[in-house]
Amino acid sequence: MSAWAGVLWRDLRLALRRPGQVVHPLAFFAVVALLFTLGYTPELGKLRQIAPGVLWVGALLASQLSLDGLFREDAEDGTLEQMVLSGQPLAALVLGKTAAHWVITGLPLTLMAPVVGFALGVPVAAMPGILCALALGTVSLSLIGAMGASLTLGVRRGGVLLSLLTLPLAVPVLIFGARATELAIAGEGLIGVLYLLGSLAVLALTLAPLAAAAAVRIGLE
Amino acid sequence: MDWTWFHRLASPPHIYRVAGTLTPWFAWPAGLLIVSALYAGLFLAPPDYQQGEGFRMIYVHAPSAWLSVMIYGVMATAAAVGLIWRMKVAHAAAASCAAIGASFTFVSLVTGMLWGKPMWGTYWVWDPRLTAQLVLLILYLGYMALRSGIDDLGRADRASAVLAIIGVVNLPIIRYSVEWWNSIHQAPSVMKMERPSMPFDMLAPLLMMLLGFTLLFAAVMLVRMRAEVLRRERGASWVKEVVS
Repeated sequence: MSAWAGVLWRDLRLALRRPGQVVHPLAFFAVVALLFTLGYTPELGKLRQIAPGVLWVGALLASQLSLDGLFREDAEDGTLEQMVLSGQPLAALVLGKTAAHWVITGLPLTLMAPVVGFALGVPVAAMPGILCALALGTVSLSLIGAMGASLTLGVRRGGVLLSLLTLPLAVPVLIFGARATELAIAGEGLIGVLYLLGSLAVLALTLAPLAAAAAVRIGLE
Repeated sequence: MDWTWFHRLASPPHIYRVAGTLTPWFAWPAGLLIVSALYAGLFLAPPDYQQGEGFRMIYVHAPSAWLSVMIYGVMATAAAVGLIWRMKVAHAAAASCAAIGASFTFVSLVTGMLWGKPMWGTYWVWDPRLTAQLVLLILYLGYMALRSGIDDLGRADRASAVLAIIGVVNLPIIRYSVEWWNSIHQAPSVMKMERPSMPFDMLAPLLMMLLGFTLLFAAVMLVRMRAEVLRRERGASWVKEVVS
């Protein structure tokens, strides 16, 4: 089995033993939507207008929550150092960890989005489009987050700094994602925006593991 | 080709001396250009036929907006040089750029807002350029926060260098996505207006100001870089000789 799949599998098994890692971001996502509803209006017609923003900001923040632990725990118990020394390409191992992060947070958030969207008055017909947009967008978010998490390895309490670094980088994902969701709710064709989201994901998939691997090496020196 | 001049740039005492010699050569022309461009821009240039006297804000706004982006380029280039050739002086240069770049970004935002009040009737609109500029400011702040967050100097240098390079890839994407985001919400308006070609007596002060601001940046950066080199080399014997 290739090294990155091994890392992915290991991180998934670790997450299974601590289900909180999967559940907490989902609960956070639900609470954000609930707070928007309470703070704005209970009228579904009005909520539907801000639904794209709520869905994407909620997913963005929820996927950032679990990032701080992405490399930190492994760095503290020495696992990460062994990965660097293992002779395997570090970018591939980082990609494996990031893929695990996406399966643990990005994928559940995507699957939960229709439920949250339904509560915000999003029509059922829009759900397939929203699912596609979030599936593509959360891939980019995990990869951007991996860069931030690896850069803040050397910072003792890096949580807030991590958000400061990753949130501006996530601006394009947010813009295209929210736009795709808006189009889906309006019942218009959104394939063009999905292509853009997909190209962002491909770009992140190509470059982010390299940058994150470089940052991990720096952080462990 | 003889590369010794390049290798000598890596030596802190050498760069300290060179920066000290160069500073007045940038600072004086910068001062002269800015003062004369201000006079020409505020008093000699004719008022705009549409915006009246308000257009004169351009003489501060446009140069600082140009510098805010250019300085990021300089900073990322210096960071890349430091990362690739392990040149500590280049990291010092990148470190001294960040605060200047953030300041110019801030100035361009504030002057943009002050200009927006008489022209658009409000201090802030979510105009694509203003928004992109705000994101740039946050990127600068993130860079400085990461640099100050890591205690070990070498690690702080290299981690922030990686961040600066990531930013270079991301900045164009952010700029275009923000432009796209707004252009679908808002019909072409004030900013989309075809810019009339400027008459010479309006344009000349602007060009002088651009050059003056760029030279000012060079001078300030050199001063900050000397301070940064001194701070980093505070244990070295040459610093004791220089300071005493």
